[in-house]
Amino acid sequence: MNGGPQPPLLRMSGVGKSFLGVPVLRDVDLQVRAGEVHALVGENGAGKSTLMKILAGVHRADAGTVELGGERVDFAHPVHAREAGVATVFQEFNLLPERTVAENVFLGREPRGSGTRIGVDARAMAAETERLLEDLGLSAISPHAPVRTLSVAEQQIVEVVKAMSQSARIVSMDEPTAALAGAEVELLYRLVRRLRERGVAVLYVSHRLKEIFDLSDRITVLKDGAKVATVDTPDTTGADLIRMMVGRPVSAVFPEKIAGTEAGRVRLEVTGGGNERLDGIDLQVRSGEIVGLAGLQGSGRTEIAHALFGIDRFTRGELRIDGERAVLRSPRRAVRSGVALVSEDRKTQGLALHRSVLDNGRLVLDAVAPRRSRARSGRLPGIFSSLELVARSPSQEVRFLSGGNQQKVVLAKWLATDPSVVVLDEPTRGIDVGAKHAVYTLVRRLAAEGAAIVLISSELPEVLGLADRVLVLRDGRITGELPGGASEEAVMELAVGGAP
Amino acid sequence: MTATDTPASGAAGALRRAGAALAGGGGGTVFALLVLVFAVIFAINPGFARPPSLLAFAQQAAPLVVLAVGQYLVIVSGELDLSVGSLVGAQVVVAARLIDGQEPMTLPVLALMLAFGAAVGLVNGLVTTVLKVPSIIATLGMMLVLYGAVRLWTGGAPTGALSEAFRVAGRGDAVVLPLIGGVPWAVLIAAAVGAAAVALMRSPYGRTLVAVGDNATAAAFSGARVWRVRTLAFVGSSVLATLAAVLIGGFAGVTAQVGEGLEFSAITAVVLGGVVLGGGRGAVLAAIGGALAVEALFTLFNQLYLPSTIQPTVQGVIIIAAVAYAARERSRRSPRAPAPAGGPEKSPREEV
Repeated sequence: MNGGPQPPLLRMSGVGKSFLGVPVLRDVDLQVRAGEVHALVGENGAGKSTLMKILAGVHRADAGTVELGGERVDFAHPVHAREAGVATVFQEFNLLPERTVAENVFLGREPRGSGTRIGVDARAMAAETERLLEDLGLSAISPHAPVRTLSVAEQQIVEVVKAMSQSARIVSMDEPTAALAGAEVELLYRLVRRLRERGVAVLYVSHRLKEIFDLSDRITVLKDGAKVATVDTPDTTGADLIRMMVGRPVSAVFPEKIAGTEAGRVRLEVTGGGNERLDGIDLQVRSGEIVGLAGLQGSGRTEIAHALFGIDRFTRGELRIDGERAVLRSPRRAVRSGVALVSEDRKTQGLALHRSVLDNGRLVLDAVAPRRSRARSGRLPGIFSSLELVARSPSQEVRFLSGGNQQKVVLAKWLATDPSVVVLDEPTRGIDVGAKHAVYTLVRRLAAEGAAIVLISSELPEVLGLADRVLVLRDGRITGELPGGASEEAVMELAVGGAP
Repeated sequence: MTATDTPASGAAGALRRAGAALAGGGGGTVFALLVLVFAVIFAINPGFARPPSLLAFAQQAAPLVVLAVGQYLVIVSGELDLSVGSLVGAQVVVAARLIDGQEPMTLPVLALMLAFGAAVGLVNGLVTTVLKVPSIIATLGMMLVLYGAVRLWTGGAPTGALSEAFRVAGRGDAVVLPLIGGVPWAVLIAAAVGAAAVALMRSPYGRTLVAVGDNATAAAFSGARVWRVRTLAFVGSSVLATLAAVLIGGFAGVTAQVGEGLEFSAITAVVLGGVVLGGGRGAVLAAIGGALAVEALFTLFNQLYLPSTIQPTVQGVIIIAAVAYAARERSRRSPRAPAPAGGPEKSPREEV
């Protein structure tokens, strides 16, 4: 049935979208045919998920048109998209864990009993679910199983079955394999291929080149919110894709290393560190050194930060801080051992938003060193001004500050403790250019003062521009080490794994 | 202080601002209310404005002030303590039975009450923080346990009597001043508790307590032992309830009903002070103002010859109104309207 050119089932033309005035999609064209697996690739932040969400009715495009089967559509709500035949499987599922597979598939539109039987016709519901599962070649799943007993892959399948029962014409999947183990990936492959055979269009977002080459017919590459190209999968190589995905202009200038900064003794050392999410982590950071951790989302970067800060633990291997063996059972132990973590999400993990700038600045001192808190907090005003924090007064609540100034408060709270190891997890996420520069300058200054620094960022230029060495992670393991200033392509190759 | 405040006009606005300055922001309204209620009381009964009447009022309000301080510690940390009323009842009944009118027993029994109060708070705190039972359930259970255990032990009716020494704190005068008259111990004790609480809330522990109520994850990620901070708040609440029991027992003597409903009076006082249920916001001085305002309202009802049975109804209305008002304030003053998909300050880049 794939013979001859067909008009595209989905045609997105000139799609644009901005959040708070920041454009995240610009003039994107995308055409997906029926019976095609179309992969959407790009770096973190390239615009893949936003494009998917516009198609799913979660966001509305600011510009451009979306046509489905030749008809112009404009989904104001996910329900409209679903009714029009667009099914989206997000990374978080919308399933009720305590209900059965069949109940989930027919949630909200259960078949009614006829004649004398009133209420939901459970038998018809189960039979229809079974038929759909068999149709997809997945009879191993029982319609009567509670969803919570299923594996992640099986739950994804239930989402797809639910979509198919509503006669979906397009199924779009956001990194469906991100949480899957080896055998489960195979299950998903089968499902995707079966959907293609049935003439359904599959829009497949993934970071993993292997899957993209295994599954897709065509690939669209996005970079910084714009489309780079759409290519036929057999005509391209992994190296081509990586080149298209990276290689953006350098948008930030990084401050030079402060004169006199040199790598001294080893302050942080992990040998063979591992836990449920990490394995074989070897990491050495010297005083004055900045070590970057790169990798895709879910590769284990944040997990390392958490293990270094006592939020999770290394269940295997050894951790040494300043030569002393350290077992970090809690963030408190980590703080006492001299570790600071500028966490990934400042609003949920870093700040008490209704407390003042000063109270937040004192948070760590108050919690960990109450007796010296008063004396040491005397330095906070100086720290605030060295970070060029802009607030109406030290008693202003931090929730009223801009993202960049909030992040400076987080930094100040750690600077007040004179940490010897500083872990920064996405320290510049969601902050403006000026604040970014302040963060970079601070990282350099901390290094010059002799701290050991671990820098985690999704923005490769940032890691490459600041770090002395970059460790690249994939699936919880370190896949390689690169010198600072290495090319983004080299990092991406290690991060996405071998390509054909 | 800030240019963006809505201009509050006239005396009410001035009062509110003064109150806000006094309470450290947020709780100014309650002091305006307090002044307003007293103005009405004085208008109805000018004789009330003399020092002896006011001191008698303060003496009567003292136990609730002490309880409100304890409840404040728990509420600002993000929890709730429903067990304090039962604890007051249990402490009074147990004290009467153990002392049984014998003066030498006073100090040992006081020591025992203190230990028992601390133990109750410890259990409340650990059940909430270690066993992860929501505090509303944990302390509701404790309330029933204490209520039932005391009735089981006494066979339904309290027996024994408190000693004279025991009752001094609740009904005795500390000093007799010229012109003013006798200053009750209870007033001095409540004032001392209030001053200690204000000092505590300015200490590293107090600031950590509020931070835990505001964002427990951020506090934990800053090195705070959240379980310990909250458990100590429960212990504080129970110890202060024990102190309140000494005051109430001394003032009113022993009855089977002593302590009933006090947990709700204390919660009413705290929320009337603008302290937000859920934690992280509100000043202890405002909670004390709330306790005084609740007592002042009851006094006003008395002056109006309303039956005292109206009190629970009024408290219920206050709790609902105060929380609804706080919710309205919050939604109106939130910096930005909720944006689609994950909040306004989430960067566009990370959405992608």
